[in-house]
Amino acid sequence: MESCNCIEPQWPPDDLLMKYQYISDFFIALAYFSIPLELIYFVKKSAVFPYRWVLVQFGAFIVLCGATHLINLWTFTVHSRTVASVMTTAKVLTAAVSCITALMLVHIIPDLLSVKTRELFLKNKAAELDREMGLIRTQEETGRHVRMLTHEIRSTLDRHTILKTTLVELGRTLALEECALWMPTRTGLELQLSYTLRQQNPVGYTVPIHHPVINQVFSSNRAVKISPNCPVARLRPAGKYMPGEVVAVRVPLLHLSNFHINDWPELSTKRYALMVLMLPSDSARQWHVHELELVEVVADQVAVALSHAAILEESMRARDLLMEQNVALDLARREAETAIRARNDFLAVMNHEMRTPMHAIIALSSLLQETELTPEQRLMVETILKSSNLLATLINDVLDLSRLEDGSLQLDLGTFNLYAVFREVLNLIKPIASVKKLHVSLTLAPDLPEYAIGDEKRLMQTILNIVGNAVKFSKEGSISITAFVAKLDTLRDSKAPEFLPVLSDNHFYLRVQVKDSGSGINPLDIPKLFTKFAQNQSTGTRNSGGSGLGLAICKRFVNLMEGHIWIESEGLGKGCTAILIVKLGMAERVNESKLPYMPKMPTNHGQTAFPGLKVLVMDENGVSRMVTKGLLLHLGCDVTMVGSSDECLRLVSHEHKVVFMDICVPGIDSYGITIRIHEKFTKRHERPLLVALTGNTDKVKKENCMRAGMDGLILKPVSLDKMRSVLTDLLEHRVFFEAI
Amino acid sequence: MEVGQMQRRLVDYTKSLFMEGFLDAQFLQLQQLQDESNPDFVVEVVSLFFDDSEKLLNDLTMALDQPNVDFKKVDAHVHQLKGSSSSIGAQRVKNACIAFRSFCEEQNIDATLRCLQQVKQEYYLVKNKLETMLRLEQQIVAAGGSIPMIELGF
Repeated sequence: MESCNCIEPQWPPDDLLMKYQYISDFFIALAYFSIPLELIYFVKKSAVFPYRWVLVQFGAFIVLCGATHLINLWTFTVHSRTVASVMTTAKVLTAAVSCITALMLVHIIPDLLSVKTRELFLKNKAAELDREMGLIRTQEETGRHVRMLTHEIRSTLDRHTILKTTLVELGRTLALEECALWMPTRTGLELQLSYTLRQQNPVGYTVPIHHPVINQVFSSNRAVKISPNCPVARLRPAGKYMPGEVVAVRVPLLHLSNFHINDWPELSTKRYALMVLMLPSDSARQWHVHELELVEVVADQVAVALSHAAILEESMRARDLLMEQNVALDLARREAETAIRARNDFLAVMNHEMRTPMHAIIALSSLLQETELTPEQRLMVETILKSSNLLATLINDVLDLSRLEDGSLQLDLGTFNLYAVFREVLNLIKPIASVKKLHVSLTLAPDLPEYAIGDEKRLMQTILNIVGNAVKFSKEGSISITAFVAKLDTLRDSKAPEFLPVLSDNHFYLRVQVKDSGSGINPLDIPKLFTKFAQNQSTGTRNSGGSGLGLAICKRFVNLMEGHIWIESEGLGKGCTAILIVKLGMAERVNESKLPYMPKMPTNHGQTAFPGLKVLVMDENGVSRMVTKGLLLHLGCDVTMVGSSDECLRLVSHEHKVVFMDICVPGIDSYGITIRIHEKFTKRHERPLLVALTGNTDKVKKENCMRAGMDGLILKPVSLDKMRSVLTDLLEHRVFFEAI
Repeated sequence: MEVGQMQRRLVDYTKSLFMEGFLDAQFLQLQQLQDESNPDFVVEVVSLFFDDSEKLLNDLTMALDQPNVDFKKVDAHVHQLKGSSSSIGAQRVKNACIAFRSFCEEQNIDATLRCLQQVKQEYYLVKNKLETMLRLEQQIVAAGGSIPMIELGF
């Protein structure tokens, strides 16, 4: 080695450079050794470090470099070969490691650089998420506020409370300075300040509704920022401060009629209220989007709550009204019932009271008629009699009418001779007609049945009334009465649209037309004719009597007979035609035994129907007994009469085939007798048939008779034919209970 | 007066009785029962009716005169009278009795007294009428005619 830098035992004092080199090398070595130590230490500390192997390499590289520099220290002075070889080894190793490391670093460094990029990216992401978090939180808070507000608003159905609560809660949530609600006035042309947050009693401050700002707010369903100088926003006295931002939103006022079943209201209602919210002045706060949304939601809720409250109010009012009406109606009904009762009582009493003297007058006048009278007196008595008969009829009419109206009148149905009714009417009307020189003609259709079932008396009354009217209102000319059976096509007359006849086999419709050539009636007056007490006020009626009840009663009778009556007239002076249609039953066989008006006396049946039939009759009433006896004798029976139950029991024997007992006498215990007779005759064929005779009965009595063991029940009065048929039935079937 | 006229008069009179409601169909039944085997049936029944009714009316007057009116007894009497009058066909008497009975049920003294008056009135009326009619019949029979069957057709 030529230039061997052997280390001299003492440094050459004048070689400063050498000294510095020596020191630097030492320090470098130190640093080189300590750096990996630090690295190791810190890497050990950190959990995450992916490139350990690289670190090891790096560490090795540094250590070796350090070693190299350290060994360099020994090479300043003369050194042995060992040191040289050690130095060489160290350098070689260092070179190797450093090359390897360099190669490795090519891989590693881009990765390490990209870590930075990723870090930046993640930071951005984190910031973004933070922002979103903030938003969500705000929204959630808004939602919470809304829920709370809604809860407050909807927890009451009182309109005032709803509005006040809204304003208060909104004010609190949004920290508003002022919050106001403007409601449209009744006219709809102005908005009136109705509620405010801060001021207790808002004065009726109004603003015309057609302000452009207001229109703008109303036309959109969003909360709109408006200028603080807008009339609706000028709520506080103008202070020296900068007024805060103002927002207005519309509150639709929904009505019950807006709620359609199938589609929700499309806010076709034009009535809106205006809610104005003001931020505190001088706070530099701005309206945030979420706050606006909150306001909009609240406005909607308020609208719904208000309409609920309105609906409730209305329904409460309707219910109160109904209750009042109910009470009033109830009262009216009770009053009406009382009135009806009073009237009925009055009529009943008056009827009785009026009839008694009437009877006396009529009776005594007719008695008077029987006595010897001078012609003048006779005339007077006849007039008295006629007038009192008329009065009696009138009283009856009034009573009938009231009974008709009550619906308590029932027709007395019976078989009668229809032809005879018409002839009777004709006969009754002929005298008057001939006095007035009116010609009366009667035409009965050939297919009109001779007999019919109906209420004869009332039918005659009706026809007589109509014909009488015709005669009354005709001064001259003729009256024609036609009667025929109405066919279906004639029944459906256009003049009687509400009359719906029903044809059936047992009935026919009788149509009677009375045509007169008298004074006629104004067609406009025709509907009034059938109303009570209304008289035709034309000149012809001044002399006519009557109370105006006649036609009204006729109409009611006709209605009871399921018919129709109407009058046609061409006009004054052209006469009129009265048409009446009633439903009558067809008479199959003529029951001639009850015809008080037209009694026909059938010839006596000489035959005896039940020769020698032994019959026992028990009746306390002498007359009745005699009559029954006469009946039975006439039928050929062998009659034994008894007047008491003891006699009856004594005399009854197995020879008697029938026992007639009158059971309507209070004193007689007819059931007891029945039982005793049953006991006396144990064998059925020996026992006579027991028949009860009674004047009036009901189902209960009939059942009692049946239960007691009677074989029959007949109602008195008993006609000859009835007795005959009863005995026939009885002997054939051994039982006969008359239908009650 | 010759027979024909008397007969016509009887027919008219009888008709009028029916029209005015003094008699009803029951009376016709009675007339039907009169035949050769029973020629005086109607007269007998009518006389019996008169006797019975007089007695009943007297009883009624007495009963209603009492300070304590026994309505049950009164009712029983009226019931009898009603039965008799309906058997004979004296319609108006029967109707008056019906009204009488209803007031008896109510135990209304004034009303019953009034009813009694009415019943009496009706009774005397119908008695009068019947007597007249029977007298006419007797006259006809005495004059040799026969009592016409009432055939009231037109």
